[in-house]
Amino acid sequence: MAAITANLYAQHDRAALLESRQATREAPWVKYTILGVALTFFAVFLLLPLAVVFAEALAKGWETYLDALVEPDALSAVKLTLLAAVISVPLNLVFGVAAAWAITRFDFRGKQLLITLIDLPFSVSPVVAGLIYVLVFSSHGWIGPWLLEHDIKVIFAVPGIVLATVFVTVPFVARELIPLLQAQGREEEEAAVVLGARGWQVFWHVTLPNVRWALLYGVILSNARAMGEFGAVSVVSGHIRGETNTLPLHVEILYNEYQFAAAFAVASLLALLALVTLAVKSWIEWRAAQAHD
Amino acid sequence: MSIQVQNIHKAFGDFIALDNLTLDFPSGELVALLGPSGCGKTTLLRVIAGLEQADSGRVLLDGDDASDTHVRERQVGFVFQHYALFRHMTVFDNVAFGLRMKPRGIRPSESEIKRKVHELLQLVQLDWLADRFPAQLSGGQRQRIALARALAVEPRVLLLDEPFGALDAKVRKELRRWLRRLHDELHITSIFVTHDQEEALEVADRVVLMNHGRVEQIGSPAEVYQQPATPFVYGFLGAANRFEGRSSAGGIAIGKATLTAEQHAQHGEVIAFVRPHELDIVRQEFGHGIPARVSRVLTLGALTRVELEGRDDVAGQHFDVELPASHPLAGSLIAGEPVRLQPRSVRVFANPETAGAA
Repeated sequence: MAAITANLYAQHDRAALLESRQATREAPWVKYTILGVALTFFAVFLLLPLAVVFAEALAKGWETYLDALVEPDALSAVKLTLLAAVISVPLNLVFGVAAAWAITRFDFRGKQLLITLIDLPFSVSPVVAGLIYVLVFSSHGWIGPWLLEHDIKVIFAVPGIVLATVFVTVPFVARELIPLLQAQGREEEEAAVVLGARGWQVFWHVTLPNVRWALLYGVILSNARAMGEFGAVSVVSGHIRGETNTLPLHVEILYNEYQFAAAFAVASLLALLALVTLAVKSWIEWRAAQAHD
Repeated sequence: MSIQVQNIHKAFGDFIALDNLTLDFPSGELVALLGPSGCGKTTLLRVIAGLEQADSGRVLLDGDDASDTHVRERQVGFVFQHYALFRHMTVFDNVAFGLRMKPRGIRPSESEIKRKVHELLQLVQLDWLADRFPAQLSGGQRQRIALARALAVEPRVLLLDEPFGALDAKVRKELRRWLRRLHDELHITSIFVTHDQEEALEVADRVVLMNHGRVEQIGSPAEVYQQPATPFVYGFLGAANRFEGRSSAGGIAIGKATLTAEQHAQHGEVIAFVRPHELDIVRQEFGHGIPARVSRVLTLGALTRVELEGRDDVAGQHFDVELPASHPLAGSLIAGEPVRLQPRSVRVFANPETAGAA
């Protein structure tokens, strides 16, 4: 996707060129109709909700806003969300790089299966993902009794939340890297090997620098999903306040208890995270486009 | 260092890339592997480098079996068609790469690396580009940097895969001459793959012609051009008019017409080749020679090329004749005119398709 957006930057110049020439310019009404439709949609469905979140969060003033954030249950939710992200993002970074490397550089049995499996978290509903873990790890599940004997709690506890988060964020890094590695081919790596580089040196000095922007992009998206995931986490969490609530779950609980200002205040944290993610993402795309030229 | 390839066989699925091939590359020579695309020449080069594993057979480097030697220990320099420069590194870092990747014990010091890289960049006459990135260089410059990078680790052999294939015609010619001069300075055993016969004949000490995974002929450029061993070689090295017929008393019988040819050893069904500049046009509809009709007359500088269509027994065949522009016929031939063709020199081969059946 980073490669695609890099391409978008290049196409931008061409679009400007087409617009500047009488011979290729579209009629003004076409241009403004399309522009109007796109901008209206954007304003109503994207910009307005974002504005509402912040407006509602601050509706009862700064103090209520800050109180909602520093309240112990909210802090605990922030901690748990960060913990889930800190564990799942590095795991998926390692898995994503390994999977992308294996798929693009080796031929092996079951390669097609691996490619399909990587996409599974995208295609299956997160609720189903959560249920799978409940079925396997809960006290009535497959290995639940064994876990119970050894006093290990997975479901309705932190490990379950981390597992569910890992599951839903699996595809991001691998999906970013596979097309890029395929497009780049292996000639540079072959050149490095002929020049005497060992496998690890090839990866570190040649492969990784060439995919670093796509990798960072995958990590950012993966992180955003890890912190924002609701469905899968909701199923395995058990909603124990101060213990197994992540930020999105905490928002839901507050909302259900009619604490709208507090709910929106916590939601604004997630919205801020989204804005930061977008800013970093645009910066990465810009850098990737530069690296492309 | 000498290279020997013994009984190398390599197939990709049903496609046989190298068919039980045995070849010797003596030390210090610049050899061209020449052939059409898909003839196995690049695969052979990659097998020698170790980038591709042969299904069977051995590669000997300096007499030692290298089959179990890893690519990085074979001490070969490899130059890729599309350069394969490390795009995120400067020219300097590209050339220094091989030296920096050496194990700590034998890695030269950074100042030694610096001296060596600049020496190599001077050798390829691009010292002033050391701080640029590959994307900022022209194709010809990139390929010279790729060569400098390959030479940095002091390889025992240099393997070049279509090194000039991605360059435009003018740069290609310059680089050819430059590569030849470089080889004369360094005398490193070199093999380069090309599908361009002119390039092979101009640059190489020896030419290996390949087709369908086999060697068709090996020889000096003059030998393979003047004494092509097989119909394939004749057809591949330069333009040729092809005639199929039966060996007869006065030459080669093609239906009722006869292609006049001096004595030749072949009998029965034969294929005859005539170069375009060795075919004469006789302005008569009937008589000796192959019946044809002028279809187009093109003037290309000092040469005039006449394109002809066969008549009667050779109807549907296409022939080319080249005349000096000063030739009296050059200006006077008219499209549609019936003529006869008579060769001054013919090269005759047994027809392999019918010879096998008989």
